[in-house]
Amino acid sequence: MRSSTGIKRFAGLLVGGLFAALAMTAHSGSAVTQGSKAASMDACVALTADMRRNHMDYLQHDRHASVRKGIRDIKNSLSGCVDCHASKDDQGNYKPVTAEGEFCEACHNYTAVNVACFQCHRKTPQEMTSSVTTGGNKLGLMLDDGEAPALSAEEFEQLHAKILED
Amino acid sequence: MSKHTDQPDMKRREFLGKTAIAATAATVAPGVMLTVANAGSDEGVSSDTRWGMLIDTNKCADGCAACVDACNKENGIDILSKPEDQSDEMWNAQRPQWIRKVKLKDKQTGVVTNLPMMCQHCEHPPCEDVCPTGASLKRADGIVMVDRHTCIGCRYCMMACPYKARSFIHSNIAEQVVNSPRGKGCVESCNMCAPRIDGGATTTACQDACMKDGHQAILFGDMKDPDSAISKALKEKSSRQIRADLELNTGVRYTDV
Repeated sequence: MRSSTGIKRFAGLLVGGLFAALAMTAHSGSAVTQGSKAASMDACVALTADMRRNHMDYLQHDRHASVRKGIRDIKNSLSGCVDCHASKDDQGNYKPVTAEGEFCEACHNYTAVNVACFQCHRKTPQEMTSSVTTGGNKLGLMLDDGEAPALSAEEFEQLHAKILED
Repeated sequence: MSKHTDQPDMKRREFLGKTAIAATAATVAPGVMLTVANAGSDEGVSSDTRWGMLIDTNKCADGCAACVDACNKENGIDILSKPEDQSDEMWNAQRPQWIRKVKLKDKQTGVVTNLPMMCQHCEHPPCEDVCPTGASLKRADGIVMVDRHTCIGCRYCMMACPYKARSFIHSNIAEQVVNSPRGKGCVESCNMCAPRIDGGATTTACQDACMKDGHQAILFGDMKDPDSAISKALKEKSSRQIRADLELNTGVRYTDV
């Protein structure tokens, strides 16, 4: 698996660039799904360009830490992605992130990269009704972390525009 | 061979392990060794803790399945449904079960004992021993579990487990809970509510349920902490490991069985 990562990354870079251009024209500079929690927020856990390029590595690294070492208050969590990026349908129910046109599916379908995460992982945010207590920031967002990118929505627009120019 | 046993020879393993470390130290540059050594000191679960359970079978009530229900809810087993093309019999035989009630009867005296049976979280788990991919693992804090990212679903661990503690997911799953991802083709078993414990909780779902029903048969805690309730209880009363003859040093102990 690991040996193909380099090739995948390179391919991802090419296709990602193309997709970025497409997405920009289609959604006027926004990478997030309309109506999701992320659409109302300024920043993800890292800059959008970084997330586009490296999200698979972040998740792969942190899954090892959380499953084998029990470190669950990590910055990059898959459930964090889902909590923020899932959008709701007309009835107010969450749509799976793997449904057509939704956050994960939109890119992964375009790039023909199979996303296997959700064969096992939950595809919609879970309403917290159980007695489950999870320490730290549930969303895995760097809300009060010193490293948090303090960029406003406008600044992100500018950043997107700059990436497109480059 | 003077000793005939099917147990792994721990001294031999230790020796081999030390030899491997020594060989690495000899061949790898000092700077690289330093990095490797530091990687081990990352935060995360530590072997200063060993999570365990003590079950007082006298307090375990006949007909009560509160622990089973709580486990099913905590781990999203209750939201699974029977595949359409499967018979009830097959579904009941194959559906995941992390904890189950067992009733024992002494044929001579007629005395009946009830107890919950689940993964016994062995110090030397046979499931980990036989796993070809390293998916079956024992965490530093003693919790035995499956890393589904690496599980290939061979089910060797299910055959190796003397406690019949593991389940296999035979069909696609429509919905999961966040704390318990689950999908077709992987083995799973009790993980002592690892996500809860990692989040700072001090009780498991089954213990909470047992407590709530007023039985207090399940006691969960750190067996390495001399001041913990479980350590004190273990010191006070005689307890047993199920199949102690296998010398697995289980993390789940039973009294009055």
